[in-house]
Amino acid sequence: MSASARLVAIAAAGRSHRGILIAAVAGVLALFLITFPLYASGYQMTAIAALSMILGIEALSLIFLAGYGGMVSLAQTALAGLGAYTIGILTVSHSLAGDLIGFRVFGQAIGYTVHSSYPLWAAVLIALLVSTAFAFLFAVISVRSQGIYFLMITLALAMIVYNVAEENYTIFNGHGGIGGERAPAVGGVSFDPIRYPRPFYYLVLVVAALVYFGVRYVVRSPFGLALQGIRDNPRRMRALGFWVEGHRVAAFTLAGFIAGVGGVLYVWYYQIISPGFIDLTHTINILIIAVIGGMIYFEGAFLGALAFTLVTNFASSYTDRYNTVIGLTFLLIVLFSPNGLMGLPETILRLPRTLTRFRTVTLGPSIAGLGASFGLGPSSSQRDRPRETGPPAASGSSEEADRGINA
Amino acid sequence: MSTTKRIGGAQRPVWWIGRLSVLVAVVMVLSSVLGSHLTSAKQLHSATNKGGVIKIGVLTTLAGPFAVPGQDGYRGVQIAFKQVGYKVAGKTIKLIEEGTDASVGLARDKVRKLVEQDGVDFVIGPLSGDEGLYAVKPYAKLHPNVTFINGTSAAEDTTLRSPSKNFFRFTTDGVQWMAGLGNYAYQTKHYHRMALVAEDYSFPYSQVAGFMTEFCRNGGHMVQKNWVPIGTHDYSSVVTKIPSNVDAIYVALGGSDAVNFLKAYDQFGGKAPIVGGSITVDQTVLGTKGALQKRLIGVPSAGPTADNNPSPAWQAFVRYYKTIPGHLPLPGLFVTGYYYEARAAILALQKVHGDLSGGQKKFQNALAHLRFSGPTGAVYLDHNRNAVADMYLTEVVKQGNSLYNKLIKVTHNVNQTLGVPEAQFLKRGPLSRNNPSCP
Repeated sequence: MSASARLVAIAAAGRSHRGILIAAVAGVLALFLITFPLYASGYQMTAIAALSMILGIEALSLIFLAGYGGMVSLAQTALAGLGAYTIGILTVSHSLAGDLIGFRVFGQAIGYTVHSSYPLWAAVLIALLVSTAFAFLFAVISVRSQGIYFLMITLALAMIVYNVAEENYTIFNGHGGIGGERAPAVGGVSFDPIRYPRPFYYLVLVVAALVYFGVRYVVRSPFGLALQGIRDNPRRMRALGFWVEGHRVAAFTLAGFIAGVGGVLYVWYYQIISPGFIDLTHTINILIIAVIGGMIYFEGAFLGALAFTLVTNFASSYTDRYNTVIGLTFLLIVLFSPNGLMGLPETILRLPRTLTRFRTVTLGPSIAGLGASFGLGPSSSQRDRPRETGPPAASGSSEEADRGINA
Repeated sequence: MSTTKRIGGAQRPVWWIGRLSVLVAVVMVLSSVLGSHLTSAKQLHSATNKGGVIKIGVLTTLAGPFAVPGQDGYRGVQIAFKQVGYKVAGKTIKLIEEGTDASVGLARDKVRKLVEQDGVDFVIGPLSGDEGLYAVKPYAKLHPNVTFINGTSAAEDTTLRSPSKNFFRFTTDGVQWMAGLGNYAYQTKHYHRMALVAEDYSFPYSQVAGFMTEFCRNGGHMVQKNWVPIGTHDYSSVVTKIPSNVDAIYVALGGSDAVNFLKAYDQFGGKAPIVGGSITVDQTVLGTKGALQKRLIGVPSAGPTADNNPSPAWQAFVRYYKTIPGHLPLPGLFVTGYYYEARAAILALQKVHGDLSGGQKKFQNALAHLRFSGPTGAVYLDHNRNAVADMYLTEVVKQGNSLYNKLIKVTHNVNQTLGVPEAQFLKRGPLSRNNPSCP
């Protein structure tokens, strides 16, 4: 049998095995998630599972951009926050302590009350529109930068949103934010997460599943493939006639939409939105979640969010320093399993080979290898590792390694 | 075994790596959930005590700008329970401490965890104004059978407007803390025109309102208000805005914010004397060495404690406080506040003989009618379950090398409306950056 025929036969055999294993694993997971309320408390359904899925949606928007678009963005939390604020502004009657548009009564300047009563479905649509529109705006501003510069620009934009929310009282109500966002009640079923955890859990589960499968579909579409090509080799794609900036803007806008979805669920869970929810800490938390889960796997978004939620919840029972535990976890993941928890099996399986390599390799290249995992400089170890995401190598030239398009 | 293979020149993971990862994820999810199941309360805490143990959740800030006060607050709870040997009405006391960073989201998460996951019988906390107003109070309303006793959160509206029937505040709010200061500033110090610098959230709004209630009533003018975000480091834009013809500046900033502002104002060459909010002159600020000490000497303030209070109860408390490891030089309002709250819990538990059944109704009733004395005087609750207590007018003086708050005057039995009839007091409306106002 010729070599190519053998390859085809092996591939065909692998594919049928693969199909069965995928179906089995997916089936078990789906069954578990659907029947979860039967053996979980209300707290676990909402504070652990639903919150993990909501954070997972936000991390998914980041992973989609970073892993498949090659753009690590720190603006996702701010975009989610904008969606959340829109829900608050449109659906909650609240008092604004306006100083610009206050009015005087008997010599006393007081704020004014905004009576907001948009129907919830309209508010949701507008909120998603707002997130998407701002994502488009952010994209147009930042699309021409790459790597670390793109990161800084998106961080700056996120901080602008945070500071405006913190200091503006005429729309955002400043530090106190807007509280009282009620989860919807549709057809007699209330989705309030504290009173009725089960409907809220299913709502979040369905939305998370839709977002997950939606993103998977997108990356396998022609648009998604072009996006990955642009991630790997923008110069080549440009030469082939693809509009690189356009694809990037479109990807960022889509990620903004996903972040907006997360933001709406987020505000229904907490029933308040204030600048404290979109500050630097929360912005970085999403990145941490994505890295812990594994930045090249969509499932990593949810796994990372689950790990993060569990640690935040249970570490505090044993230590005051749960933030340190999260930091240590993050550090360990980055050092030893760069593809996160999802990449853990692979890291473990490759351990024998890694260890034997340490014996014969001097210290210098090993440190260079470590540095490469942070995206600093080219390194021979890069070739042994599956395609890593993140900023392109500092050498600048993306034609250096003639990498094919990774699907 | 090789986990990668070459396809068309690129390294790709073998096809089953992704699926194996998902399987591992499922296993981890399952085991973590089952694991947490074993350590969690299966349902919301029922009213009966399990096996003679009373679990108390303590919510305090252990991260962020108020971490040091938060630790001190927890010491207050520990002092109270240590005094009774961690046993009340024959039942053992178990404290479960949860830390927040003064943000609303984390406070919501932690209070839920304490009640629904750890199954505590009641909660003592939180420390910060916004946490109490936006996290604990709304949550308390959803769980009327669980009791929530305040920590030191001092936003006015936590109890003044639509209070929760199961939320008890044995400390006073930010407005009450300012009792006597407005009068003192106008009448004794002759400050008639003032500007203010304060952090932009609910607690400083209360402090400013408390000060301005008396100050404006005397005919004073607060000509300029500078609201800054918590954690502001750079006050240069603020100090240049302050008019030069004001008699004094009212500064309601906490901890490092206060130090940074005073430094900036000093370097700018500002001459106006300072009137301090309650936490502007606490021990963390008074501990600064160098040129700033001059600025702080003579700063009048008011609050629930006075460092050199000669009363025997306070002196005994100071002595006891100094035996706790990690204590600050002197006890401040955080440890004292949490001590009062914990003490109230103990006395109420003793009164009902540890009976927390029947939706804790007897316990809550005992709390509502409690009257007792502590290091800073007597306290009882009004109809909104907010404390009525003594307030201390102080001035910063230097003794040797260090500064402390010297007691000037005690105002007795200050209530939440500062003696104004409640209907009239409520007419002012919710506090904000612009309310109250007397330019």
